Amino acid sequence: MTSDQEVSTSIRLEACAKTFDDGTRALEPIDLEIAGGETVVLLGPSGCGKTTTLRIIAGLEAPDPGGRVLFGSDDVTPLPIESRNVGMVFQSYALFPNMTVRENVAYGLMVRNVPKPERAVRVGEMLAMMHIEELADRRIDQLSGGQRQRVALARAIAVRPRVLLLDEPLTALDASLRERLRIEINDLLRSLGITAVYVTHDQGEAMAIGDRIVVMRKGVVAQIGSPKDIYYRPANAFVADFIGTSNRLTGHLSNGALSFQGGSIPWQRSEAAELTVMFRPQDAEIVAPTEAQIAGRIANVYFLGDRTKIILEAIGQGPIVVETTAQADFVIGSNVGLKINPDRIFEIDGET
Amino acid sequence: MKHSEYPRLILLMLPVAIVFLAFFLLPMARLILIGGSGENGFSEYLSIFHTPRHFESLVSTVLLSAAVTIAAVIISAVTGVFLERNRFPGREVLISMLTFPLAFPGVVIGFLVIMLAGRQGLANEISQALTGSRLVFAYSMAGLFTGYLYFSIPRVILTIMAAAEKLDPALEEAARSLGASRWQVIRDVILPALKPALIASGAIAFATAMGAFGTAFTLATNIDVLPMTIYTEFTLNANFATAAALSIVLGTITWLALYISRSIAGSTVAAAA
Ligand SMILES: Nc1ncnc2c1ncn2[C@@H]1O[C@H](COP(=O)(O)OP(=O)(O)OP(=O)(O)O)[C@@H](O)[C@H]1O
Ligand SMILES: [Mg+2]
Repeated sequence: MTSDQEVSTSIRLEACAKTFDDGTRALEPIDLEIAGGETVVLLGPSGCGKTTTLRIIAGLEAPDPGGRVLFGSDDVTPLPIESRNVGMVFQSYALFPNMTVRENVAYGLMVRNVPKPERAVRVGEMLAMMHIEELADRRIDQLSGGQRQRVALARAIAVRPRVLLLDEPLTALDASLRERLRIEINDLLRSLGITAVYVTHDQGEAMAIGDRIVVMRKGVVAQIGSPKDIYYRPANAFVADFIGTSNRLTGHLSNGALSFQGGSIPWQRSEAAELTVMFRPQDAEIVAPTEAQIAGRIANVYFLGDRTKIILEAIGQGPIVVETTAQADFVIGSNVGLKINPDRIFEIDGET
Repeated sequence: MKHSEYPRLILLMLPVAIVFLAFFLLPMARLILIGGSGENGFSEYLSIFHTPRHFESLVSTVLLSAAVTIAAVIISAVTGVFLERNRFPGREVLISMLTFPLAFPGVVIGFLVIMLAGRQGLANEISQALTGSRLVFAYSMAGLFTGYLYFSIPRVILTIMAAAEKLDPALEEAARSLGASRWQVIRDVILPALKPALIASGAIAFATAMGAFGTAFTLATNIDVLPMTIYTEFTLNANFATAAALSIVLGTITWLALYISRSIAGSTVAAAA
């Protein structure tokens, strides 16, 4: 943004656990390293500890004794939020109802005693950047949800925070607006080069925004990786199921093939007697029964417009989902073959 | 609305209209007329401002009520927000004790003030034991103030606690993330959000204090609050016109205070919505 801003701050969490006063163990000790300028998404089902992790980074919650939070090389663990210089964006926007849009955006600069002329310039820049100049003198209750979130973003970045923390900023918006703002936020984070932590339970949002995704489950990190890693190389069945639809096949390994109900696939990559592999619905195709090593029966067909979703039964332990763009007629009850792209089959830890 | 609905609507409004007419408008009109029926005619209303005894009574009542209102609102705001924010053993008991005086008539409250600050009161005993000097203030302005404060706080504190419960914690967190100190959070977030409740409950407290009689009567202070003056004119001097005129003035001032605060609160409520 400007030359006086330091190089983007990295964030490090060391053994940060959280036990609330009522005894709720929200977070097991977690270690997390976020590089300067990186956007990391915390993703997971409700109650897994995403918000708690974010609030520990922000300084709104203290980690259990022993945990440390570092911004760059500064240990900020004992600092309250007002001294950490973080920008926060809330799901509920949390805009000040007694102030106009301009006053909201200027608030952080005002409490920092930035001189009035400079304040006005900076606020003008922010309003222009978020395309809300014409709303400057409106009251908050005269704004739509999308406009409110833009004001909230402008307010958070106006103070040039060291890190930007966003807790489900788009959840309260409707689908098409969510899509548009997601792109805007993505562009904004890239152009500011600011270190950002983004909480969501929407895997599509996580994929689109995150340089890396931290998948959490019950207060534990299930996997950390790039969106591609997480999608194609899920560390375990939980991650595989949480990120998109996945099919799992558990069977016995013998003579270089993994066999299960309905057929087998060649498998040379491990020695275990029993193992689980997974593949994505779009990495398999329906063929004639004679052309494949796996045979099943079509249980259901859903036409989705650009794609068709087919549910197969009599393969492995559960239903298998296949998505195809082929225009063929799929008849419920007919016997078909299943062909899986061998490069897109991965062994995973079958425990959920 | 369809025209055919008017007759039904008027019919439904009739009971309210009758009650309003019979128990409010007619007595009020009568009171206004009585106020003008004395030897001075309607200039009786103006004479209140010329008769030193009446005018002093009016001024001291307004000042006392205003001071009590401000003190009650400040004390209740601090206490109410604290009670809403903190959970500790005995909290429920404390809240019900704070709201206890709601049920007391003014006489009982006057009695309590005497027990606290009268000649044989607690304050005097403690003061005698500690410093050897006498401390009696039950029958002065301070005694009245104490009594009025005692019955005003519960009215204010309940409203403020209800408003404090609705404060959005995210707003305070947002302000703090932007670097606001505790004091700035109070000034910019908490007080603006509580403002409608502070004004509304303050207005009620003011009106109640303006009309309070029992406490002043029991303490029998040398300061005449307006209701006491009215009582004196009415029962002792049988000066109906003056009593009526004073009543109308008392009512008008209180009504004005309520009206102004309502319009201020109304505009802030709209701004905060
Ligand atoms: N102040 C608190 N006191 C006690 N328990 C809490 C508190 N805040 C959160 N928890 C608990 O800690 C766990 C993690 O909560 P957290 O808010 O971090 O979840 P989350 O991943 O953000 O979920 P969501 O997607 O629903 O927002 C939950 O079991 C929650 O009930
Ligand atoms: Mg959350």
